[in-house]
Amino acid sequence: MTLAVGPGHYLFLSAILFTIGTVGVLTRRNAIIIFMSIEIMLNAANLAFVTFAAAIGDLAGFVMVLLVIAVAAAEAAVGLAIIVAMFRHRQTVDVGAFNVMRG
Amino acid sequence: MTGVDLAFWFFGTLAVVTSVLVITNRNPVASVLFLVIAFFSLAALFVTLHSHFLAAIQVLVYAGAIMVLFLFVVMLLNLGQPQWFDVQARPLVIVAAALGAAFVGLLWKGGLLEWTPTVTGPAAGVPEDVLGSVEAIGSALYTVYYLPFIATALLLLIAMVGAVVIARRER
Repeated sequence: MTLAVGPGHYLFLSAILFTIGTVGVLTRRNAIIIFMSIEIMLNAANLAFVTFAAAIGDLAGFVMVLLVIAVAAAEAAVGLAIIVAMFRHRQTVDVGAFNVMRG
Repeated sequence: MTGVDLAFWFFGTLAVVTSVLVITNRNPVASVLFLVIAFFSLAALFVTLHSHFLAAIQVLVYAGAIMVLFLFVVMLLNLGQPQWFDVQARPLVIVAAALGAAFVGLLWKGGLLEWTPTVTGPAAGVPEDVLGSVEAIGSALYTVYYLPFIATALLLLIAMVGAVVIARRER
């Protein structure tokens, strides 16, 4: 193992972060923590996009990251609104308690 | 080892450690603050990849706006303490962690670390610090990728209206 860093190292870091996010989604029951794990996964994807864009010389990756960040902002706003609405119904953010679709 | 390599190892380790703390910590407020640190170190990693504009956007939108929204909801719903339901049943946690470790190990064995580009993009000859500049990204965004850009604007509008409608108190 060498300490010199190439694009592969960034991709590996991105994979590690994505895995951490996935494990977070699978192991937590607090809706807000699950949401934060999703944000980690989105950021890992962003890191991979930037790495590829810088490595092969393509602007599409940078533009994609910008769009992903905008989508993440929209997703956070709507998702947190949903959590607030569900909390109002059940007085909890335990995802195990949200087992009916009926309002 | 150059300074950029050193920055990668430092901020990469910081990002991984704080991300693990986000999903293991039982206090939501601490989780949010660790996530802010993780986002800052990812912004620093963007800088090491010569994309300064995206690093600035990362700090502004993620570490700034989105995390404030998270912290606001945590405090609005009064979730500042650990909850009894926080973690799934122990067997599921062990299986998930083992699967995650296996996945990362597989990528390690598969040689992801040695990945080198085999194709070249349309802007391959451009110097690195020009490639990620505001000018380059801006001109690409307003010419080639103008339709996705407009769609994003529409998406933000819809999300804003949707969030207000969903979170509104019913009368």
